[in-house]
Amino acid sequence: MFKIVTKKVLSEVNKLMEVEAPLVARKAEPGQFIILRVHENGERIPLTIADSDKEKGTITIIYQEVGKTTKELGTLEAGDHLCDFVGPLGKAMELPSASGRVVAVGGGVGIAPVYPKVKALHNAGMEVISIIGAQTADLLILEDEMRAVSKELHVCTDDGTKGHHGFVTDVLKNILEEKGKEIDEIVAVGPLPMMQAVSNLTKSYDVKTLVSLNPIMVDGTGMCGCCRVTVGGETKFSCVDGPVFDAHQVDFEELTRRSHTYLEEEKIALENFEQERISGGGN
Amino acid sequence: MPLDKEQVRQLRRMKEKHPMPEQDPKERIKNFDEVPFGYDAETAVKEATRCLQCKKAECVEGCPVEVDIPAFIKLIAEKKFDEGIKKLKEKNNLPAVCGRVCPQEAQCEAFCIRGKRAEPVAIGRLERFLADYELEKGVETPPRPKSTGKRVAIVGSGPAGLTAAGDLARMGHEVVLFEAFHATGGVLRYGIPEFRLPKEKVLQREVDYIASLGVEIRTNVVVGKTITVDELFEEGFQAVFIGSGAGLPQFQGIPGENLNGVYSANEFLTRTNLMKAYLFPDWDTPIKLGKKVAVVGAGNVAMDSARTALRLGAEEVHIVYRRSDKEMPARAEEIEHAKEEGVIFNLLTNPVKIFGDDDGWVKGMECIKMELGEPDESGRARPIPIEGSEYVFDVETVVIAIGNSPNPLIPQTTSGLELGWKNTIKTDEEGATSRKGIFAGGDIVTGAATVILAMGAGKKAARAMDRYLQTL
Ligand SMILES: Cc1cc2nc3c(=O)[nH]c(=O)nc-3n(C[C@H](O)[C@H](O)[C@H](O)COP(=O)(O)OP(=O)(O)OC[C@H]3O[C@@H](n4cnc5c(N)ncnc54)[C@H](O)[C@@H]3O)c2cc1C
Ligand code: SF4
Ligand code: FES
Repeated sequence: MFKIVTKKVLSEVNKLMEVEAPLVARKAEPGQFIILRVHENGERIPLTIADSDKEKGTITIIYQEVGKTTKELGTLEAGDHLCDFVGPLGKAMELPSASGRVVAVGGGVGIAPVYPKVKALHNAGMEVISIIGAQTADLLILEDEMRAVSKELHVCTDDGTKGHHGFVTDVLKNILEEKGKEIDEIVAVGPLPMMQAVSNLTKSYDVKTLVSLNPIMVDGTGMCGCCRVTVGGETKFSCVDGPVFDAHQVDFEELTRRSHTYLEEEKIALENFEQERISGGGN
Repeated sequence: MPLDKEQVRQLRRMKEKHPMPEQDPKERIKNFDEVPFGYDAETAVKEATRCLQCKKAECVEGCPVEVDIPAFIKLIAEKKFDEGIKKLKEKNNLPAVCGRVCPQEAQCEAFCIRGKRAEPVAIGRLERFLADYELEKGVETPPRPKSTGKRVAIVGSGPAGLTAAGDLARMGHEVVLFEAFHATGGVLRYGIPEFRLPKEKVLQREVDYIASLGVEIRTNVVVGKTITVDELFEEGFQAVFIGSGAGLPQFQGIPGENLNGVYSANEFLTRTNLMKAYLFPDWDTPIKLGKKVAVVGAGNVAMDSARTALRLGAEEVHIVYRRSDKEMPARAEEIEHAKEEGVIFNLLTNPVKIFGDDDGWVKGMECIKMELGEPDESGRARPIPIEGSEYVFDVETVVIAIGNSPNPLIPQTTSGLELGWKNTIKTDEEGATSRKGIFAGGDIVTGAATVILAMGAGKKAARAMDRYLQTL
């Protein structure tokens, strides 16, 4: 059992939890993820490691409540326990060379996995331009944290309630127009359509772009192949070969399609869960 | 009442094995309950009486762990079941599992003298009978020996790891077993289905027994990621046994394998067995199945996938296999059961392409007919495609069950390990690897093989490790 030591509500749907997992914390590096189960009958879901503290032996996860499992996770409080928590899984992200000029793009809950990478780059003495975006101002997370580790921070909202009114790609395009040549690398994490849009954009400027993929997983150790994705025409297992890949090589269409495999089932699970919560008197 | 002389004479002439009662095929494809019910005591005694008690018992030669087969069978015939199970367990730690999943027709029963003229003695069924008898009664835990103070780490909780762990604990060592998944058992948990090996009734009790010997079980630890083998030594473990199995699924590399609706057998079976997708939505993990399912391959993994698909509600399930029925590697009983349940066998057939609809879901598979040529390196006839024999058949789900190889994680993260074919770890006869203090056994050494071989390897390695620990 893994104890939740703190819980923070970042926005209506985004939550942060710090979980006691000393073995995982000892090894965790930016770019890696964990897999957890909320309870005995639960499914295994991957979540990116947003932060880790070796001394305290804790791992921080940030998630958006979208389906049954994340909503159920959201009902837990500090002091409660998770049934299973395993990691760190996947490869650590390779940091660009010391001279590297990097733009980091985070969309929605994707800001969470971007943050540790920017922090690591910042700690390595690099200057990072960051762009973060969300549907609306209330859903924007980690703005202060991101500002603290970025040279420049650009904020976008789809509805214009904060910062630039529009998509992260609009801002990215301006930056590329202005100083495309100076930029060595772009790191983008967010919803699939966002990563795909960023990838398409940066391809035309020929700037190396890394994305962190979050396909459906089961074991997270390379034994099922559920997480397979085509990269550069080859089948890769995201959980062991990734989750960070060269965006320009990723077959986003296939990935998007595969991520829809269980849409119907996810809906059923969620409906049942909400029904139970209502009839169960909300406990 | 003991059997009289006439009964004994008749039984010794009886040609067939005593049948084992089973669930009716029409009923059982609607549930995940175990298919065969097992012998009752009376039938077991009668079947045991069919054994001729050969002086030079050939059956024993067919047993990879050299169980004293005539001795335990004699004890059944004499109704001394408690002594029988003791005799059996001298060599086999997991008889309730082996009685259910060993390929007896290729091992002990293939050598049984009675098999020359009639059916062999039902050794597997008798083994299962004794094991179930003991489980029913409650397994006795032997007294804990005095601790040697030596610390041993076991990686992987499949049959190899469980056996090594149990034996080392009984020798007085302090044993910690690390498992990557949230549950123990390896393939016995995530691969072999409930209807063949009940998880609570059989597997969990075997695992509980190993734990009761003093083995500390730590799930959710991926060795190589959470902690490396080298770090285990730094933590004070003096020897390590690697039993991490062969869990890397192979794909065919044909077009369309990443379409929605194509599963590796590992994923298909893990979702169903470990994650209990057949109980969705009571359990959270889903599985998605079309009406028509094709399973590629003809080993145990393929039969398990095909029979699972039926139970999940598929209307038509096909096995697609590139060789003929003689080469099918699955246990005879599994093939028999699959046929009874209505699985359709497309032999001498090989998939060449999988087609999808506009949304990327599988809708068909192109196959080519094969013929058999000269034997290849494996000794089996090499299948050769017949040109121009391609045809397409409609199918909505494809399960690829063409084999597994070892996961490279541990080989890659452990220094100084000599490797063999496909990331297998090289060991000597007794499981010692090229690095001092590290032993290995089971599928990680042999490539995908059998439960009994993994168990036997765990046993041998435990003895070698004990000797090694004494030299420290
Ligand atoms: C579907 C299926 C059906 C089968 N049917 C039969 C049958 O009927 N009869 C028969 O004899 N054989 C059968 N087999 C084969 C048999 O199950 C295997 O040969 C046997 O289980 C191998 O045992 P093992 O202990 O070597 O490995 P496994 O059973 O594979 O166990 C390995 C364990 O190690 C864990 N592990 C792996 N990597 C790590 C790591 N890095 N850190 C921590 N833990 C790790 C895995 O999660 C797993 O629990 C079948 C196999 C399958 C897949
Ligand atoms: S070979 Fe057959 S008949 Fe002879 S001892 Fe073994 S089981 Fe009995
Ligand atoms: S999640 Fe199973 S192989 Fe990646």
